[in-house]
Amino acid sequence: MKLNKNIIIPLLLLPIWYLVYSNLQPATDWVIDSAFGLAKGAHLTETLRFFIFEFPKVLMLLVLIIFFVGILRSFFTPERTRKALEGKRTFTGNVMASLLGIVTPFCSCSAIPLFLGFVESGVPLGITFSFLIAAPMINEVAVILLYGMFGWKTAVIYIATGLTIAIIAGWIIGKLKLEKWVEEWVYASHMGNADEEEEKLTLSVRIKMGYDAVKDIVGKVWLYVALGIAVGAGAHGYVPSEFMASFMGKDVWYAVPLSVLIGIPLYSNAAGIVPIVSVLIEKGASLGTALAFMMSVIALSLPEMIILRKVLKMPLILTFIAIVGGGIMIVGFLFNLIF
Amino acid sequence: MNIQVLGTGCPKCKTLEKITREVVAEAGIDANITKVEDIVEIMKFNVMTTPALVVDGKVVLKGRVPSNSELKEILTNKVFRI
Repeated sequence: MKLNKNIIIPLLLLPIWYLVYSNLQPATDWVIDSAFGLAKGAHLTETLRFFIFEFPKVLMLLVLIIFFVGILRSFFTPERTRKALEGKRTFTGNVMASLLGIVTPFCSCSAIPLFLGFVESGVPLGITFSFLIAAPMINEVAVILLYGMFGWKTAVIYIATGLTIAIIAGWIIGKLKLEKWVEEWVYASHMGNADEEEEKLTLSVRIKMGYDAVKDIVGKVWLYVALGIAVGAGAHGYVPSEFMASFMGKDVWYAVPLSVLIGIPLYSNAAGIVPIVSVLIEKGASLGTALAFMMSVIALSLPEMIILRKVLKMPLILTFIAIVGGGIMIVGFLFNLIF
Repeated sequence: MNIQVLGTGCPKCKTLEKITREVVAEAGIDANITKVEDIVEIMKFNVMTTPALVVDGKVVLKGRVPSNSELKEILTNKVFRI
């Protein structure tokens, strides 16, 4: 293997990253308590402390993990995923599609060509849907933020429940045989059969793709992270604890469906919504309700529905929203019951 | 040279068209640039990620917007990076 700067630089940066990351809390406390000399426990102090600690922490996590996700994703292309899913049986196919939805690079502006590419080459409709549900819902930014602000357990719970919803919703859509609600021209048109030439990527190129992913994704979401954490920090310092309990607490039975209904038309990326939700929980919202709200904001978005309307008829879009929304509500109720 | 920019109208697709025109003008390449927005036409090129760039009927780039210098390299040296 040829060692070049693309490989050496990240190896050198890794220990520095670790050193800074593990000292963020004491550094923040020093800045707040000693350098600024702010009174402990005051509203403004705790708001500032929250922001000065959380923002760099989350940003550093994003940079590190997205770098590795970028490298990992260089091994998965939509073409390979499609090949893996062609002619797969239901359920096994739904499971595979949901898992591949997590790792295959996906941008909602490519939802239509991807949908057509899958369906026309013989990937069953339900399996295509499992992919289309998992891909935006379990994205790296959401998972990193959950890990950073809630801890690994919540991140794992989110991934597991998201996968379950994607698998079961896709499976139901497959069983219902809703192909009649796909626009007719989809099945009438045919894709060109350009030969797939797989390009062999060197490690150095894959690492460059990691850098590009960081530049692209962190460059896009950092502002939302800052805004989300700023709102969260304000609420952390100024909103009385248990304030949310009466709206989003365990005992408010209608909180889950209401959160999901409000979340569907809301469109925010995970970067903005997770910090806010973390503070909602701190102030007494229950985990199930908060999780349901977050999932419906991230997984079901109005712009995506409008894009999908080009290839799907209205009844199928409504069925899709109903099944995924229903799944999210069940998750919300279940978590409120367990925790 | 016949250059086609494939994209349904997303922001990235517009960026790709814009920088393609810039690079072609800068490098003095004799090219005919067209934008393909019809999804059925796009699918004929067998791409699943937009935007994509087609040079003389061959897909040379898909799913991302390259830097100006990378795009120049692709167009002048015909280095294909899919």
